[in-house]
Amino acid sequence: MVSKGLKRLYTFLIFLFLYSPIIVLIVFSFNNSRSRGVWSGFTLKWYVELFKDEEVLKALYNTLLIAVLSSVISTIIGTFAAIGIYGMPGIRKKVILNINYLPVLNPDIVTAVSLMTLFRFLNIEFGFITMLLSHITFCIPYVILSILPKLRQMNKHLAEAAMDLGATPLYALRKVVIPEIMPGIVTGALMAFTLSVDDFVISFFNKGAGVTNLSITIFSMAKRGINPIINALSTLMFVGLLILLLIINSRSSKSISERGDII
Amino acid sequence: MKIKWTSYPYILWMVIFIVVPLALILLFSLTTGEEQGIANLKFTLDNFKRFLDPKYIDILWISVSLALKSTAITLLLGYPIAMIISREIPRKRNVMILLLVIPMWMNFLLRTYAWLTLLGKNGFINYIVTKLGFQPLNLIYNDNAVLLGMVYNFLPFMILPIYSVLTKIDKGLIEAAEDLGANKIEVFLKVIFPLSIPGIITGITMVFMPAMSTFVISRLLGGGQYLLIGNLIEQQFLWVGDWHFGSAISIIMMVFILLTMAITAKFDTDKEGGGSLW
Repeated sequence: MVSKGLKRLYTFLIFLFLYSPIIVLIVFSFNNSRSRGVWSGFTLKWYVELFKDEEVLKALYNTLLIAVLSSVISTIIGTFAAIGIYGMPGIRKKVILNINYLPVLNPDIVTAVSLMTLFRFLNIEFGFITMLLSHITFCIPYVILSILPKLRQMNKHLAEAAMDLGATPLYALRKVVIPEIMPGIVTGALMAFTLSVDDFVISFFNKGAGVTNLSITIFSMAKRGINPIINALSTLMFVGLLILLLIINSRSSKSISERGDII
Repeated sequence: MKIKWTSYPYILWMVIFIVVPLALILLFSLTTGEEQGIANLKFTLDNFKRFLDPKYIDILWISVSLALKSTAITLLLGYPIAMIISREIPRKRNVMILLLVIPMWMNFLLRTYAWLTLLGKNGFINYIVTKLGFQPLNLIYNDNAVLLGMVYNFLPFMILPIYSVLTKIDKGLIEAAEDLGANKIEVFLKVIFPLSIPGIITGITMVFMPAMSTFVISRLLGGGQYLLIGNLIEQQFLWVGDWHFGSAISIIMMVFILLTMAITAKFDTDKEGGGSLW
């Protein structure tokens, strides 16, 4: 049928549209010339230059440090918060969950600007601490949202059984509840890590003098036009995030494989 | 097990870092004076009145129309592909969805930057164009480049919710309509499309909101002079330092986004009907 060919062509065009910029970007990270349209031989010199660039390395260090710290802290706060929220009565739970949704639903720029206003209002000097605090703030909601479904799936009577058998609530929490919701906690932590690495807007408003992360560095380089070092950096970041997200994905698709969806 | 106290640290955190900051934005938008001392703030509506200047109304208009255009284009491009994918066999379907999601995993800054390599004065497209013997085209730093950047960045946000609603449609309904004599177009208009509306609404909000508030796409693909409402907020907070006016613009932007959400939600008759990625 004609329509079948048409469908194939349309699908092909959409995927071409989605992938061509990324492919061109990656291919040109191996291009031996600064003038970007022309291919003039394979090279790894941009990757070498990338690792000599002190600004980039410092930004990379900040990005990873903030990502590790914010994912650990937001996972701890978020896990306890999720357990507490789960045990709350209806209306209070609703109110808290709705406030928890605000950073997810609000445009990034509003979250960014409101946090910036808060720090300025409290006279906190902009720098590493403000960036870390804002990252934790936008990560916790996602951690909670990935743990709550696990709490709902959990057999309600498990913890009660443990306590009937003489466990204190804290002991039951540690030995029964936490192991039960562990997959959600790990997914939440990984998600917080990727969100933190990936964030630009919120970091951009809450950065301080001399403290930047990778996406801010990329933005300021990209404003000046095309730079093969960014291509090399993007390629590495893309591959890195791809691997990380494949791990998250295989974790979550294992748990929902019976539904057959992937995201 | 009911343990409530474990959430108290987060409730405190939430109040300090979510509720208070938003309240501060609202407060600043309605006042003038030094930011540091609440006692010195004076109530005023001047920040909002200032926005009525044609200069700013123009910026709002460009932002809204670009956001609406990109929403419409992503819907037109995305609906057919969502439908094509939803009709594939499950294994092929999953691969296609994965392929759709992978570009989203790339930082949106880099996805936008990638278009610089393609569209720029010495970019890849102009390289081909000049090789073919034509004059280089002016592809970047204009409205269309910004629009393209938005469509490119947000297209998956439109496809995914529509796709997830389409796969959940009861096949029996379609067969019933066909048995009762409906042709393909009628089946689409009377059965498939109405049932997919919740997905469309989620898609619209997920595209319109980031398109309306972006300042990165407009900055990178529109050039330094290009102003959208997001750029205006950035400018006020980071460069001009007028926090009161910046807060007022943020409030105006949020109102516009909430209005669109409210309007689109009106069409959503079936609130429980899935399709939401949230």
